[in-house]
Amino acid sequence: MSFLRRNPSVPVFLGLLLVFTLTVTLMSEAYGGGLSTSFVKTLGKTLCLALVAVAMDLVWGYTGILSLGHFAFFGLGGYMIGMWLMYARTEAIVVSSMANAEIPATPQEITDAVGAQIFGVVGSSDFPAIWLFADSLAMQLVLVVAVPGLLALVFGWLAFRSRVTGVYLSILTQAMTLALSLYLFQNNSGLRGNNGLSGLQNLPGADAIPQSVMSVWFLWTSALALGLGYLLAAFVVSGKFGSVLRGIRDNEARVRFLGYPVERYKLFIFTLTAVMAGIAGALYYPQAGIINPAEIAPIASIYLAVWVAIGGRGRLYGAVIGAGFVSLVSTWFTGGRAPDIDLGFYTIKWVDWWTVLLGLSFVCVTIFAPKGIGGLVDLALSRRAPDRHGADLGPDLGSLREKEAEE
Amino acid sequence: MLRFLLAAVLFCASLAAPLRAQETLSPMQALMQAHAAEITKGSRKGIEPAITAIAGSGLPAAETVLEAWQAKEIYRRKDDGLFFRGEEPEKGLFRLHDLESGAAVGDYPKDAVDQLKPNSGIRAMIAAALVPFQLQSPDRVKRENALQAIQRDAEASHLAALRASIDSETDAGLKALKIRLERLLTIRFDPDEAARIDAIGYFSGDLSVDVRASLNPLLATRRLATTEGPAPEWNLAGEVEVGAGDFSPAQAYALLVGQGLARPRISPAEFRAALIAHIADGKVGGVPVAELDSEAARERAYAALADQGLVPATATAAELAQALDSHRFFDVYAEPAPAVTDAARATLHSIETKLALNQFADLSLDALSLASIYFLAAIGLAITFGVMGVINMAHGEFIMMGAYTGYVVQTLIPNYTVSILVALPLAFAVTFAAGVAMERLVIRWLYNRPLETLLATFGISIALQQIAKNIFGTQARPLTSPGWLDGALVLNDVVAISYIRIAIFVLALFFLGLFLFLMKRTRFGLDIRAVTQNPAMAASMGINPDRVNMLTFGLGSGIAGIAGVAIGLYAKVTSELGSDYIVQSFMTVVVGGVGNIWGALFGATMIGFLQKGIEVFNPSNTLAAQTYMIIFIIIFIQFRPRGIIALKGRAAGD
Repeated sequence: MSFLRRNPSVPVFLGLLLVFTLTVTLMSEAYGGGLSTSFVKTLGKTLCLALVAVAMDLVWGYTGILSLGHFAFFGLGGYMIGMWLMYARTEAIVVSSMANAEIPATPQEITDAVGAQIFGVVGSSDFPAIWLFADSLAMQLVLVVAVPGLLALVFGWLAFRSRVTGVYLSILTQAMTLALSLYLFQNNSGLRGNNGLSGLQNLPGADAIPQSVMSVWFLWTSALALGLGYLLAAFVVSGKFGSVLRGIRDNEARVRFLGYPVERYKLFIFTLTAVMAGIAGALYYPQAGIINPAEIAPIASIYLAVWVAIGGRGRLYGAVIGAGFVSLVSTWFTGGRAPDIDLGFYTIKWVDWWTVLLGLSFVCVTIFAPKGIGGLVDLALSRRAPDRHGADLGPDLGSLREKEAEE
Repeated sequence: MLRFLLAAVLFCASLAAPLRAQETLSPMQALMQAHAAEITKGSRKGIEPAITAIAGSGLPAAETVLEAWQAKEIYRRKDDGLFFRGEEPEKGLFRLHDLESGAAVGDYPKDAVDQLKPNSGIRAMIAAALVPFQLQSPDRVKRENALQAIQRDAEASHLAALRASIDSETDAGLKALKIRLERLLTIRFDPDEAARIDAIGYFSGDLSVDVRASLNPLLATRRLATTEGPAPEWNLAGEVEVGAGDFSPAQAYALLVGQGLARPRISPAEFRAALIAHIADGKVGGVPVAELDSEAARERAYAALADQGLVPATATAAELAQALDSHRFFDVYAEPAPAVTDAARATLHSIETKLALNQFADLSLDALSLASIYFLAAIGLAITFGVMGVINMAHGEFIMMGAYTGYVVQTLIPNYTVSILVALPLAFAVTFAAGVAMERLVIRWLYNRPLETLLATFGISIALQQIAKNIFGTQARPLTSPGWLDGALVLNDVVAISYIRIAIFVLALFFLGLFLFLMKRTRFGLDIRAVTQNPAMAASMGINPDRVNMLTFGLGSGIAGIAGVAIGLYAKVTSELGSDYIVQSFMTVVVGGVGNIWGALFGATMIGFLQKGIEVFNPSNTLAAQTYMIIFIIIFIQFRPRGIIALKGRAAGD
C-alpha cells in the first residue's frame, strides 16, 4: 500500500486504463457500439506501443541509455509468436485439405506441404533450424521472452563492459538494429526475407470467433500487459534501485565511485526492457496481421525515442501519453482523413507533409519543452524542476532521491 | 534377252547425257552439277558435302562462288540446269555471268532462271567454309573478320588454314592474334597429343576468358559407378563419396539406375498414385487405407500389389542402401589422355593463382574507392563530433542535399563538365548555409545534451527527407557524369576501375590535403583544435567557441554536400540517398575515433576493405556482407571502445 501511496500516478493510471478499456469494449462493434473492428485493433496496437514506450522510458528516461534498438526487440517478439501462428494455421489448412485425399497423409508429407506453403515465396520448402519449436505454442511463448532477452543480455554485456556510453552506445545499438533487419531481409534468413510473416490475425483453432470479438480480446490482453508492465516499471524505478538508475543517468562516474556496480544495473534494466518490448511485440503483431523486416529498421526505434520524448521522459505516464498521442495522430494524418489546407498557390496534403510536421515539432519539443506533454501535469500541479540545462544535479542537492528533483 | 539389251542401251543413254555435258563444262560448273540436287534443294542437312567439296576443290573460283552463294547471287538456268553468278540490272531482268571467267552469258527474264536462296543456317555454314580463304585475303578487314569468326565458332578445319596463314601475315597485331588462336585451336582439335600438351603449356598464367573456356572442357568429367575398382583405361579424376558435397544418395542411386546397375525406384508421386489407383474395398494390397499414414505401411501395401503383378516392382529403401554400399563412384575425364588432363590442370592452376592475385588487386581497388566514398561521407561527421561532441543525424540529408544540388544544376546547365564544376562549389555553399542555419537555430541550444541533439537532428533529418520527397518525387533522379569520366581504366581482363571511382578517390585525397592544411596551417584550424581540446580554456584565451562551432559545423556540412555530388555521380539520386550512407558514416567515425581526420581515414579504409572482403565470400549477397560487417564492428568496439585513434586527456571528455 505504501508503494501506491508514494506513487499516486500508478492507481490513477491503472484506473484510467480500466475505464478506457471498458469504454472501448462497450462501444466496440462486437458489443453493438459504433467503433469499427479496425479501430479497436488500432487502439489495441496503441496499447502495445505504449508498453514498449514504457520500456523505452525505463531505459532512456530513467537510466539515460538512449537505446535505438528496442524496436528490434519488439519485432523479435513479434517474429517469435508469428512463427507459431503461421505454422499452426498453415498446418491446420494443410491437414484439412489433405483429409480429403484418397489415402491418409504421412507426418512427413504434412511437414513437407506446410514447409512448401510457408517457404514457397522464398523458393524453398525446407524448415530452417530456427523453426524447430514452431509447432509448440508454449516453446514459442518462451522464445518471445528468451530471444530478445538473450540478445539484449549478450549485446548489453559486450557494450557496457567496454564502457561504451552516450551517443556511442546509441550508434552501436542502431548498428545492431540495422544488422538484424538487414539479416532478416535476406531470403535465406529462414524468416521469409522481406515477405515477412503474414496472416497472423487468424488465430489457429479460433476460426469460429469473429474478428470483432477477437479484437476486443486482444484489447483486454494488451491492456492487461500494459497495466502489469506499468506496475513493474513503477516498482523498479521507485525505492533505492530507482535512485541508483537516476544516479547513473545524471552522473555515471559518481555512482560507480560510490561503489555501485553500474554495469550490472544497466545490464539488468536493458535486458528487462528488452523482454518487455518482446512481449509488447508478441501482442502487437497478431493484431497487425503482418510483420516484415522493415518494421524493425533503425528508424522505428528512433520513432520510439521520439514518442517518449514528446510524451515526456522520466515519467512513466509520459511515455504512454507520447506513444498513444503520436501514433494515433500519425494514423489520423497518414490515413488521409486530415483535411488538406489550400494556401492558394499550394495545397498542403497531410499525407505528404505530416512527416515534416512531426520532425519539426519534435525539434521544437526538444528545445522548448524537454518535459514533453507530461510536463503539462507538472504545470497543473504547479511542480517545478530545477533548470539544469543538462548539467549535473550535483551532490549538494541531496544524495538519495526516490523521485525526480523538485525545486 | 532383248529386254536386257534394251535396258542396257537405255542405261548407257541416261549416263551419256550428263557425261557429254561435263566434257564441255568448266571444273567448277562440273563440281556444282555433281551436287546440283543438294544445292538446289537447300536443306541444311544435305548441303554440307556440297559446301565442303567446293571449298576443298582448290579451284580459284571457289571463294567467289561461295561468296556469291552466301550473298544469294547464284542463279540456275532453267533450260540446261547450269549455275551462274547473276545480277539484276533492272527489275525482272537477270544478267548471268560465267562462274570462273566472270564473262557475261546473257540476259534472261525472271521465269528463265532460278535464284538460289540459302537460309541463314546454310549461310553460316558457307561463312565457316569461307574462313580459310579470308585468312589469306589481302584485305586486312577481311582477315580480321575471319579471325573473329573463328573466335566465335571454331571448327577443326580452321586449324590447318590458320597455320598456313600465319607465316604470310604481315600485320603484327593480327599475327599475334593468329598465333594465339592457332594455339587455342590446337588444344581443341589437334589429334597429336604432344602438340596439344605443348599448346596447353603455352597459356600458363594467361588471364583471358577464352583460354579458360578452352581448357575447362578438357577437364570435364562424367561420374561412373562400379562394383570393382576403376577400369585401367579410365583417365581417373578421383573417387566420390556418396553424401559428400552435393552428391546426395538419391543422385547416386539415379546414377546406378542410369547405368543399368540397379532397379529403378519410382518417384514418390507415382508411388502414391499407384496406391490410390489400387484401392479396393477400402484396402490397398490388403492394408486398410486408414493405416496408410506411414512410409512402412505404404511400402508393405505396394509390395503386396507388386507381388500380385498389379504394379511394376520398385526398389525398396533397403535395396537402395545395399546398392549404394556395394558400389564405388568415380569421376572420369572425358579426355582419354592423362598427360593432356595433367597439363590442363597444371596450366589452369597457374592461371588460377595469377587470377587470384589479380582479383585481389581488383578488389583492393574497389575497396579503396569504397573507402574514399565513406571517407568523404564521414569526414564532416568526424569533425563536428570531435569539435562539438554533437552527432548530426541529418548529416546524411546534407549528402542528399548536395546530390540534389548537382541534379538541379545539371538541369540548368546542359554541359556536363561545366555543370559538375559549378555543382561542386554550389553544393558546398548550399549545405554550408544549411549547416550554419541548423547550428544557430537548433544545436546551439542543446550543448551539453548530446542525446537530445541526436534526436533533434533526427527530427530535422526526417523533415528534410520528406521535403526532398515532396519536391523531387520518389523516383530516382540521374546525375550524369561528364563524358570524360565514362568508361573504365582496364589493366587486364580482371583488373579494371571506372574513371568515376578514380575521380572520387582523387577528390577524397584532395579533401584530405585541404583539411590537413586547414587544421595545421591556418588560424581557423588552430582555433578548431583549441576548442576541440578544451573549450573553456580556448574561450578564456580569446577564441570565440560559438563562432568556431558554427563555422566548423558549416564546414563539415559543406563537405557532406560535396560528397553528395560525388556519390550522386555513380549512384542514383533519391531522397533516401543520405540514409543509405549515414550508418556507414557513423561506423567509420566510431571505428576510426572522433575528432581526428586520420581516424576518419583509417576507419573508412577499414570499413571499405572489410565490406569488399566479406563480399568476396558471398558476392551475391551484399545484405549479408553488411550484416557481418556491423557485427564485426560491434566486436571491434570491444577492444578499442574509442576507435583506432582515440583522443587522450581532457579532450577525450572523461
